[in-house]
Amino acid sequence: MSRYPVRVTAVLLAALALVALPAGSHLTAQGKGTIKIATQSPLSGGQAALGEGIKLGTQLAVEKFKGNLEKMGYKVELVPFDDQAKPDVGVANAKNIIADKDILVVIGHLNSGVAIPSSEVYKEVNLAMISPANTNPTITDRGYASVYRVCGRDDVQGVVGSEFAHATLKAKTAFVIHDKTTYGQGVAEFFKADAEKKGIKVLGFEGTEEKSNFDPIITPIKAKNPDLIYFGGIYEQAGPFFKQAREKGVKSKFLGPDGMDSSDLTKIGGKAVVGMHYTSVAGPVSVYPQAKQFAEDYKKKFGKNPEPFAAQAYDATAIAVKAIEATAKGGKAPTREAVTAAIRGVRHTGITGSVEFDAKGDPKKALYFVLQVVSDNPEKWGDNKEVKRLVIAAPSK
Amino acid sequence: MDYPLLVGIFPQVLLDGIILGFMYALIALGYTMVYGVLEFINFAHSEIFIVGAFVGVEILLSLKGAGLLETLPWPLVLVLILVAGMAGSAALAVSVERIAYRPLRAAPRLIPLISAIGVSFFLQDLIRLVESVWRNAFNLVYPTMDVLNERFELTSTLDVSVKSLVVIVAALLMLWALHAIVNRTKVGTAIRAVAEDQAAASLMGINVNRIISLTFLIGGAMGGAAGVLFGVQYGLINPYSGFIPGLKAFTAAVLGGIGNIPGAMVGGIVLGLLEAFAASYLSLLTGGAFGAEYKDIFAFSVLILILIFRPKGLLGEVVRERA
Repeated sequence: MSRYPVRVTAVLLAALALVALPAGSHLTAQGKGTIKIATQSPLSGGQAALGEGIKLGTQLAVEKFKGNLEKMGYKVELVPFDDQAKPDVGVANAKNIIADKDILVVIGHLNSGVAIPSSEVYKEVNLAMISPANTNPTITDRGYASVYRVCGRDDVQGVVGSEFAHATLKAKTAFVIHDKTTYGQGVAEFFKADAEKKGIKVLGFEGTEEKSNFDPIITPIKAKNPDLIYFGGIYEQAGPFFKQAREKGVKSKFLGPDGMDSSDLTKIGGKAVVGMHYTSVAGPVSVYPQAKQFAEDYKKKFGKNPEPFAAQAYDATAIAVKAIEATAKGGKAPTREAVTAAIRGVRHTGITGSVEFDAKGDPKKALYFVLQVVSDNPEKWGDNKEVKRLVIAAPSK
Repeated sequence: MDYPLLVGIFPQVLLDGIILGFMYALIALGYTMVYGVLEFINFAHSEIFIVGAFVGVEILLSLKGAGLLETLPWPLVLVLILVAGMAGSAALAVSVERIAYRPLRAAPRLIPLISAIGVSFFLQDLIRLVESVWRNAFNLVYPTMDVLNERFELTSTLDVSVKSLVVIVAALLMLWALHAIVNRTKVGTAIRAVAEDQAAASLMGINVNRIISLTFLIGGAMGGAAGVLFGVQYGLINPYSGFIPGLKAFTAAVLGGIGNIPGAMVGGIVLGLLEAFAASYLSLLTGGAFGAEYKDIFAFSVLILILIFRPKGLLGEVVRERA
């Protein structure tokens, strides 16, 4: 019995030595240390196409812009995290992120429902999050100093959608479906509220988490025969829904928010989604003239076309690097607080346009697009037709 | 309330429910047969089911890659993927039994149950690993065959697509074949004997191990067929797609009376209908207060009610109060 604690202590000491060794070598490394930039986005699961784009866009930017920081003697690293599009996983990752003192900024997330609880964790330690893709108003409306985004907001995007439905598609009736997430339900509600204001009759408002069998939802929709179906959600769910709706003979037009914006929508939906419209806060790379080089580099390095939000992640990273550089000037070691504060002052002209943050962390002016799917070939997603482009200031309230 | 609408969609909802119900019935058979002979719940069955769907989609994608999908006659393609899906799932079910359940046969009932849950997780992630390495994809799309999407408009609100007919015909054939095997063949008699009393059956010269393997084989094949039909009908599968239908089918098996083969069929169809009607009608009847998202709550509330009054399920024997 008496030998037992000794053995435990020995094991613990050995484990401690293992843990301590890499930390020790870090101190003896040449230069001033390591600066890490983390990404959080779904790298596995049904939304991995967009999530991976965010990671790769960030990777490209880190490689491109790390030069100055390296000259100052820092090692710059990218640490990708997989939030699986799940709030609990995002928060668990966030806790690991704040524990790693070298991480000075987070680029992410893809899903607003994941970004909101995760940013509560970042906020505890004043760690900056720059979002390339989160459009839910709550993200910045909480007024956290450490939260930024480079894209537009759903209270504007939903209205851009309903305006388009009313003025261009001439819809008189609409059926609204959403995926019950913070993002999907949020944007669907903004769409619905404004559509009703414009005199479009909303025949139904349904939330569903169903992923495969949409039959029982489609049957009443078909009987009601709305002019338009608006899906507030993400392509992995909207794709099979649109496909099954067309197969069952639904003739309504389809419209959706930027959650539709992935080549996987055509991979899943095929011919059913050709000709449908979607609003987006991130146009295809082809609409940004300065992004041509980025698209070529991306294709060369990763062997595929950049997904939407990859270019936004690239710009968000460039802003982060600029802020870190600004705080590291004069040989000071950059801290999380300093970086968070410095981001507000960054004026950056990136490949998706120029970004300047307002007091809440929204871009002062953001781009909104209405796009049309032109082909059922996923390779041609980047060729989607730009129907409308609007520059709208962030709502001030 | 819009009565013409409510009445108008009735036949279509009925049809949707029956199709879903047949799928649940086919999957539920796997649960109920295994329960019949071993008295434990094979929780890995939902993955055995979805593997059938994956075998089907892999064959379709290879045929498409070789340019054969358009040239081969479509009934042949369908039979091919059905048979392959059944074979794949059956082989998997038999190996799972051999590896994960047979060594635990003498252990208390809870132990193989835990083993089954472990197998279920293992298989989900194995499928995910294989598909991400092999296809670099998470969601796999069943290639469309245009013939299958042709629809016959019976009335303005009711139409039947070829693939719905395929699902119904295939499911009916399977259920009839199973019924015939279990009730009219020697093997079926042996299965029923093992279900009744393993020890007595082995004294009668029945090879119990072989009959148990066979039970898994048949249950797996039914699950595989359901998987292929699921893929054909709904078009999109991922490694986790099997979980929810599997859970529902298990429920259907309990609803019909677990261990009871006709019970699984009845339970599946009842649950499919409940779900379809709840999803289509809840929002219409409550003026949008309850939407389609409440379909499972509704279906499971009915389940609880049924089980309160018939604890052994719809077709299970009535439990008598003991004096």
